[in-house]
Amino acid sequence: MKSWLPKDFWTRNETLVAGVIALFCIIATLSDPRFFTITTVSDLLRASIVIGILAVGAMLVLVSGGIDVSFTAIAVFAMYASSVVFLAIWPAAPWPLIFVISIIFGALLGAINGFFIAFLGLPTLIVTLGTLSIFRGFLLTFVGSQRISALPPSMRDFSRGVLARGTTEAGNFYSIPWSVLALVGVIVLTWFILQKTMLGRSIYAIGGSVESARRIGINVKGTQFFVYVYVGALAGLAGIIHGSVGRMADPFSLVGLELSVIAAVVLGGARLIGGYGTLTGTLLGVALIVIVQNSLIVIGIPTTWQSVTIGLLILLGTGVPAYRAKRAAARAG
Amino acid sequence: MSPTRDTAFIDLRAITKRYAGVTALDSVDFAVQPGEAVCLAGENGSGKSTLIKIISGVEPATEGMVLIAGEDHPDLNPRISAAAGVMVIFQDFSLFPNLNVAENIAFATQLSTHQRLFKPRASREIARKALDRIGVEIDLDARVETLPVAQKQLVAICRALASEAQLIIMDEPTTALTEKEVRRLQGIIRMLKEEGVAVIFVSHKLAEVLEVSEKVVVLRNGKKVAEGPASKFDTQSLAYHMTGRDVPEVPPSDHTAGAEALMEVRGLSKEGSFEDINFELRAGEVLGITGLLGSGRTSVAKALFGLVAPDAGTITVESQEVPTGDPQAASMARIGYVPEDRLTEGLFLSQSILRNVAIGRLDAHTTNGFLNMGSLVDEASGWLKRLKVKAPDVAAPVQSLSGGNQQRVALARWLSRAPRVLVLNGPSVGVDVGSKADIHDIIRDLASQGIGIIVISDDLPELLATCHRILVMRDGRIIDALDGRVATEDDLARRLAS
Amino acid sequence: MSKQASRSTLTAAPEFRLMVIAVLVFGLMAVLSPDRFLSSQNLTSMAFQFPEFAILALAMTLAMMTGGIDLSVVGIANLSAVVAALILTQFTSPEMAAGQSALWLALAITAALCIGALAGLANGCLVAFFGLPPILATLGSGLVFTGFAIAMTGGSAVMGFPGTVALIGNAQVMGIPVPLILFALLAVILHFILTRTAFGLKVTMYGANPLAALYAAIDINRMLLKVYVIAGMFASVAGLIIMSRANSAKADYGSSYLLLAVLIAVLGGVNPYGGYGRVIGVVLAVLSMQFLSSGLNMLQVSNFARELIWGALLILVMVINTNALATLRNSFAKAPK
Repeated sequence: MKSWLPKDFWTRNETLVAGVIALFCIIATLSDPRFFTITTVSDLLRASIVIGILAVGAMLVLVSGGIDVSFTAIAVFAMYASSVVFLAIWPAAPWPLIFVISIIFGALLGAINGFFIAFLGLPTLIVTLGTLSIFRGFLLTFVGSQRISALPPSMRDFSRGVLARGTTEAGNFYSIPWSVLALVGVIVLTWFILQKTMLGRSIYAIGGSVESARRIGINVKGTQFFVYVYVGALAGLAGIIHGSVGRMADPFSLVGLELSVIAAVVLGGARLIGGYGTLTGTLLGVALIVIVQNSLIVIGIPTTWQSVTIGLLILLGTGVPAYRAKRAAARAG
Repeated sequence: MSPTRDTAFIDLRAITKRYAGVTALDSVDFAVQPGEAVCLAGENGSGKSTLIKIISGVEPATEGMVLIAGEDHPDLNPRISAAAGVMVIFQDFSLFPNLNVAENIAFATQLSTHQRLFKPRASREIARKALDRIGVEIDLDARVETLPVAQKQLVAICRALASEAQLIIMDEPTTALTEKEVRRLQGIIRMLKEEGVAVIFVSHKLAEVLEVSEKVVVLRNGKKVAEGPASKFDTQSLAYHMTGRDVPEVPPSDHTAGAEALMEVRGLSKEGSFEDINFELRAGEVLGITGLLGSGRTSVAKALFGLVAPDAGTITVESQEVPTGDPQAASMARIGYVPEDRLTEGLFLSQSILRNVAIGRLDAHTTNGFLNMGSLVDEASGWLKRLKVKAPDVAAPVQSLSGGNQQRVALARWLSRAPRVLVLNGPSVGVDVGSKADIHDIIRDLASQGIGIIVISDDLPELLATCHRILVMRDGRIIDALDGRVATEDDLARRLAS
Repeated sequence: MSKQASRSTLTAAPEFRLMVIAVLVFGLMAVLSPDRFLSSQNLTSMAFQFPEFAILALAMTLAMMTGGIDLSVVGIANLSAVVAALILTQFTSPEMAAGQSALWLALAITAALCIGALAGLANGCLVAFFGLPPILATLGSGLVFTGFAIAMTGGSAVMGFPGTVALIGNAQVMGIPVPLILFALLAVILHFILTRTAFGLKVTMYGANPLAALYAAIDINRMLLKVYVIAGMFASVAGLIIMSRANSAKADYGSSYLLLAVLIAVLGGVNPYGGYGRVIGVVLAVLSMQFLSSGLNMLQVSNFARELIWGALLILVMVINTNALATLRNSFAKAPK
């Protein structure tokens, strides 16, 4: 083992997931040389953006010791509501403004979660399960339940914007959209918060032990509240990107994805008990899920087996460390 | 006795605290000088934790004055108290298992500067300084969850020092430490005192902290019942003040040496835990197994009950071999095990006394697959009476009972199975002095009924008061066997530490 | 114990509050829409509607009692239904004699229950022997079960059953809908299991403190296996009812039932961390939900508004049960001045 590797390198979930991805890519490239091209990579990257942003949020909640299943409902609510609002009052608004409003909607809904969890002290799973129904029910009852394909034109402009595009020598088309920048921005911002601010360290501390955090004077309620607001804001961003790129505000989309997103985060090594979770792991988990969802066929597994594959990956990815921990505990006596 | 009041770091004057009609503290005066170590003793419910809560600002006093460094604080809260230099080290240390040593030490300090950014380098520097101050070497990058208990405690002390502690309050500081670690802790305390840091020990186990304390304050039922220089107190007199009565310990009764061998353990080994453990237990005998933390005593205790699977060796009860590594098999062989940590391992706190007792012997109360509720209640009530448990009724949740009564409920569960062998791991840990003597009576009584009892403990007076024979373990091996009726505490302590 | 004390503990129980809620909702709906809500037609249709998700909630209750959760119940329900449906479509035809098709139906039901038991066994093994947290074990296994159902059907619905299949979901015995009878039966069985058997007591105790259960020499692994097997079999009964009522089986039927089942169990007072839960509470929660949703239906309120109200109800009940408002008051009272 080389010294620059972390001590627990070989037992980390990140390593396991990266290994599975590498293995997948090798098999895929062997069975279809066209797999490992910039086209595939840019396709997979595009498919990762919305899930990636949601996963970063979900990871933050897990680190703080909670769980959130309502973020998909927040995403769809923020996206649909801001689309409806702008279509009604200012259809020609520039997309950054629409995005900001969507993010604010998301943050406000997140604040509702935060209120119940931080200030009323209710269990996170139950609260977000409830608000999932509430947000979705409110959206579909009072805001609207029709798909809207005539979105403000600026949103379409956003979806057309590319950082790079081109055609490979083999004649395959590829493009890297602007929205990749959003994912990068979210990662950088979250990395900064988690690693470089006292707030971020407090999130880890609370996840490690709420009682200890309280005793040394960490503002537990404020920090928890921030987490849910931040996750809401990320969901608002993910939602509006989803709407813009899909060129449709569909109030029925996204909801139902929450457990897959959490699965991706957990695959990446975040623990449900709180205190553990890294951005690298989360992104690897997302990459694995996205690859399986999009490229399973390349290695000869029919698409109908996608669900089984993801399920088995989750069982393996969480089962191996769990089994190892159980054995270690038994050995220690 | 104490110098003038003006120099005191903490000065509580006539503190009274009432909770909904219950007086937890009744006009208590309490002062600590800089550089002084005070031992605050008292049974559970005597008011010592309330006193600590008032000093640390967690609870306001109903009446009286709190002066810190000569300044009156009518609206004390945890932040003001911490800013003044009062640091509490709780029994669980309140560390963050997922963060590294440096961050654990420096977190509170960095928090108090109100900076928004986290500076890893500054954090390491703060931690390094604090560790240097007590002359300890711990890897700053190690995650705290990977550290042994004693190092965690040192990290907690360093955290207090990093926050410029003037007074460190330590709650049960020696419970989880080995003798050697206790010595090191005592050394560190002496050093801190020289630097003018005051220390308050809150403890059940008194002998170890008496040595480094200047003053002892004893609380009972919310009142200060004794105060004086530490040299004037010993274990006996402290126990007297804490309980308000003398607690004479009857030495173990003679057991018939010719009694049948009940349990035989041969060549029990587990790599890294214990090696070649051999002993036999006779009917009616109380056998002590002692050793420092890490000597393997707890692992052996668990192995006897199948909670740890040994690599080799046999356990036989009444000539029947018991399959190892299987608690159910051990329980079928009528071995009972009362764990050390009542609250997390021994009892189902939120559940009723009835259920806590009944869970030991459900099959005996089942007819045609259904539980016979009437006979369950009868059995549980019977045990409550026999063990003199003070409880309103069998439906009351166990968490509503006192420590001593809880331990009796844990015992009742196994007694209801009519065990042949009973393994008691730390039978009186966290039990107040009065109940402790009662539990020792119960142990002697059970032995006289022919049950073989194994007491695992590092509480030497307890071993001497109950055991016929004492096995001493070190590094996973049994190194000594003593006759409990002639051994002395000094003798035992020497063999343990050598 | 005085009578008064026992009465006050009765009214303090979360189940009592639920009963008040159920009665209030029933009364409210009866007043708002007396001719339609109280019509026998509506009462019957309610009795047909709720058992499928109510049975899933019972399965969830059992898993939650151990401090676990079973996110695979819907997957198990659909997989069992798909297997039963494939047997029925392969071996029966609409022209077949009723007696013969009933035989095949019995076989299909047995197969479905076996699938439920096997799937539950798989969950139980993951939790007991591999030490996976139940939420992750059943999240993964749920995807696998659903995945098998997709792979077996190519994702489309399986249909074309003999008429006897309708017996499970659409028939009545002495005026009582069969699904309601099945639900009542399973609820009573679960109630007795939890309160009157050694297994049930072990489930509760393990949920209250898993470590203490180990030290009390409870056969934990066997108990967990049983818990998930029973939950799996309950789920397959729900799957059969869904199949019969839809007259088809598909891998993604009832996907909204998963969170609904969790919601009902929690609403019914089951502690999601384990150690407390009563079947009567779950039944009352189911009834409240059904009265509410059916009544709202009468009042022309959309399905979506129902979802909104369910969520609000869940949080409201949690706020009341956990005394959360006192927490809130304290958190403001203690704020630094």
